[in-house]
Amino acid sequence: MRQSRALEIWVGAFVAAGLAALLMLAMKVSNITSYVQGGGYRVSAAFENIGGLTVRAPVRIAGVRIGRVSDIRYDGESFQAIVTMRIDDQYDYLPADTSASILTDGLLGENYIGLEPGGAEESLKDGDRIEITQSAMVLEKLIGQFLFGRSKGSGD
Amino acid sequence: MNQRITTTVLQRLGHWALGRLQRLGRGNLFLLHVVPGLPGLLARPGLMVQQTFAIGVLSLPIVVVAGLFVGMVLALQLYNTMVDFGAEQSLGPVVALSLVRELGPVVTALLFAGRAGSALAAEIGLMKATEQLSSMEMMAVDPLRRVVAPRLAGGILSLPLLSAIFSAVGISGGFLVATGLLGVDSNAYWSQMRANVDLFDDVANGVIKSVVFGVVVTWIAVFEGYDAAPTSEGVARATTRTVVNSSLAVLGLDFILTALMFGDNT
Repeated sequence: MRQSRALEIWVGAFVAAGLAALLMLAMKVSNITSYVQGGGYRVSAAFENIGGLTVRAPVRIAGVRIGRVSDIRYDGESFQAIVTMRIDDQYDYLPADTSASILTDGLLGENYIGLEPGGAEESLKDGDRIEITQSAMVLEKLIGQFLFGRSKGSGD
Repeated sequence: MNQRITTTVLQRLGHWALGRLQRLGRGNLFLLHVVPGLPGLLARPGLMVQQTFAIGVLSLPIVVVAGLFVGMVLALQLYNTMVDFGAEQSLGPVVALSLVRELGPVVTALLFAGRAGSALAAEIGLMKATEQLSSMEMMAVDPLRRVVAPRLAGGILSLPLLSAIFSAVGISGGFLVATGLLGVDSNAYWSQMRANVDLFDDVANGVIKSVVFGVVVTWIAVFEGYDAAPTSEGVARATTRTVVNSSLAVLGLDFILTALMFGDNT
């Protein structure tokens, strides 16, 4: 009887350690907070081209992450991409004429949305649309424009 | 003459292939007979506790030590490469992803095959060689339920827990080396990790992998033991085959599972 009790204690400790390890992987290592934290408010913005933006890409203002991209859809009527982002509740004062642009983190980094605050008195609310947007820079287009501009310049 | 050699070679090949298929079929039938015995274990948890102790708890030391050193070496090696690109901030996510997705499940399963699988096969094989299994049958005790099912259940329960412990210890080991030895910012290690490791895509898929490996390794071990020739040589061969076959099965399955889980990540 005593032996089986010791055995059960050991097995209990083993199972507890395994579960604790799983818990650590979930809480400390992975991004469980971005699933649990359902709060915040949603704003959307329409872009001509989102480049390599993906769902869960960060939304930053002045370099600080204030939210994440929660949804990307294609709007067949305006031929634009509608990006919905969830912004944490604590950043609830964003001027209504805030502009959004798709930027790249460093030369090779991931795409993110950079917000630039405007000067309006009223602030963005849940479900609002950011009107002033700037699409992602597509390198091929940029090079094309550069070459086109050069050849036109030399022709004059 | 020439024709004769060809037919002999073909016959050997056919014999070998049929033998393999037969073993595979026997293994599947064996599993089919063991699985109905699993629910009955709930009525006798003592049996499973005993096996979980023998399989899981006794494998803990090697898994913890291996996890610690794998994590530390990983941090050390990756740092040397990543510092050239100024990417030492990404050390945390890279260590965590490689442990959680790959090394945790796979290395633990390989260690488990060597530590617990071989012991299982030898134990059951010896039970068969000393006719303990047939005397159980004489007493109308089904050895599949009494002997095999608790071991299978214990193995399936233990491996996912062991591999979670392996990953957690490895990530902590990597943290110790990264911050203590290499001077990576400790906050960057954890926060970058949290930003890049996904709960479902990475952690949950790693757990699924280790559950699959747990089933396969324990299954091979108990089957090889149960199927062993009842001689000391047969037991020895069953033990060897357990380690070799389950290691190969783990590596092969890992490729397939990885292709299914992470292959279409764009």
